[in-house]
Amino acid sequence: MTEVTRGPARATAPEEPPDGGESALTNLTVVPARHPWRWAATAVVLVLAAMAVHALVTNPAWDWPTVGAYLFAPSILRAVALTLQLTVLGIVVGFVLGTVLAVMRLSPNPLLRSVSWTYIWVFRSVPLILQLLFWYNLALLYRSISFGIPFGPAFFEIGTMDLITPVTAAVLGLALHQAAYAAEVVRSGFLGVDQGQLEAAAALGIPRWRRFRRIQLPQAMRTIVPTAANELIGLVKGTSVVYIMALSELFYQVQVIYTRTGRVIPMLLVAAAWYLALTTALSIGQFYVERYYAKGALRVLPPTPIQRLRTAVRRAR
Amino acid sequence: MTTTTTPMVELKGVHKSFGAVQVLRGVDLTVGAGEVTVLLGPSGSGKSTVLRAINHLEKVDRGFVRVDGELIGYRRAGNRLHELPERLILKQRNRIGFVFQNFNLFPHMTVLENVAEAPVSAQGRDRATVRTEARELLDRVGLSDKADEYPRRLSGGQQQRVAIARALALRPALLLFDEPTSALDPELVGEVLDVMRDLARSGTTMVVVTHEIGFAREAADTVVFLDEGRIVEQGPPAQVLDDPQEPRTRAFLSAVLH
Repeated sequence: MTEVTRGPARATAPEEPPDGGESALTNLTVVPARHPWRWAATAVVLVLAAMAVHALVTNPAWDWPTVGAYLFAPSILRAVALTLQLTVLGIVVGFVLGTVLAVMRLSPNPLLRSVSWTYIWVFRSVPLILQLLFWYNLALLYRSISFGIPFGPAFFEIGTMDLITPVTAAVLGLALHQAAYAAEVVRSGFLGVDQGQLEAAAALGIPRWRRFRRIQLPQAMRTIVPTAANELIGLVKGTSVVYIMALSELFYQVQVIYTRTGRVIPMLLVAAAWYLALTTALSIGQFYVERYYAKGALRVLPPTPIQRLRTAVRRAR
Repeated sequence: MTTTTTPMVELKGVHKSFGAVQVLRGVDLTVGAGEVTVLLGPSGSGKSTVLRAINHLEKVDRGFVRVDGELIGYRRAGNRLHELPERLILKQRNRIGFVFQNFNLFPHMTVLENVAEAPVSAQGRDRATVRTEARELLDRVGLSDKADEYPRRLSGGQQQRVAIARALALRPALLLFDEPTSALDPELVGEVLDVMRDLARSGTTMVVVTHEIGFAREAADTVVFLDEGRIVEQGPPAQVLDDPQEPRTRAFLSAVLH
């Protein structure tokens, strides 16, 4: 191709050096392609961003001083602590129960499979807010709960109102609802592990529990972690539903304050800032957990932000 | 009962169906200790199933399998065979190394961890000694410099050699190979066969499913030809490969060799 075009090109362009081709070409400077539209797009985005910041800062209705005053108020911090507590209990209980449900759903026993399927069907189908109110009002259904031999004598009995406090009802509601979703997340992770891995472990005579913990789980985690983090972040914000039970978690607490002070917008901003902070912390955690489970799956692990910073500094020097 | 007369592997009247498909229709096979047996046959002839029945990865429908005189997967009581609990089956597999076509190395563990996993978690041996032994085994398959790599960074041939080291780490009485070179690029087949030849020479009892006729001719004591779930012909390689008596064996060999 080049052979063909070079002949006529030399004839029409006499200013080229006599050897015309290869040696001259290797000495040319490379000019990168220009991207004028990138600059235009950057300008548009910068202007829009400036407008947004301007609108946030100059409009006194946002009332930033009030936001600052309440951001670290003791009542808000206590509410954040409760939100965190609900989240942690909800996710831990939810995922433990979810893992059990996932294992049941994958088991060869048809009864276990259908129990798990039914659980997921029910708890995924009924809205969370409805489930929460059910647990909150459990005493209306059963005045007391007794522990003992099924259908036989009871060892001790406890009033439902004493057992199911609003916090317990909230944790129960969140965790049981979460478990249905967690079960599917965990199940998808296990389905993703190559059957040959299990076969190899079985052929090596590795006991069932070790096989689960050392071979299956670490590989399943690769797919479980991103979706689980999604669920976790969903739950952080999902705890705000609990306000209907008059539990003083973050969202309920800011409502209490703004109904008293009338400063609705700044208090909503306080809540938003805290939810943002919590999910940011979780996203950072997610990055490191994902990186840990990428061992062996990626040829080179992505650098952590700190490592990236270090190389940038080294280059700048 | 002297160990010299007990065959290492003994299959008697083994039948196996997958749904309506009959894969094995009465297989009798004996492998003496220290012998190398190569199973040949067209795809679907049941040779992999024979291999998988030996370590009970596949439950047989009829007949039985014995390894070193011990019934595999079952316990005999009078006229009945009771299936063993999983724990005991796993223990029996500890004496039988298995090498897969697709290596099946654990991708999240380093090469050394792959080799050292089962001796520690399945045999309960001391971690430090197992690791030293694992390094020696890696040296034996020529991969001592790869101990801390993850499997994905190795070539197929290297991965399969790790898989062989992993099987050897159990100190098995018997090694089973299920088409160990079929997933490899042609230029990597040699390095794996070299390791297997070495093992054969050192007196390891091996049952190998393969299409490598050259390996069978060189390393096998017995070549077994299967077709449609039955053993058609068996004997020393010189007899089965160079002077096959059965037309089906002849047809298969001429197809493979040309």
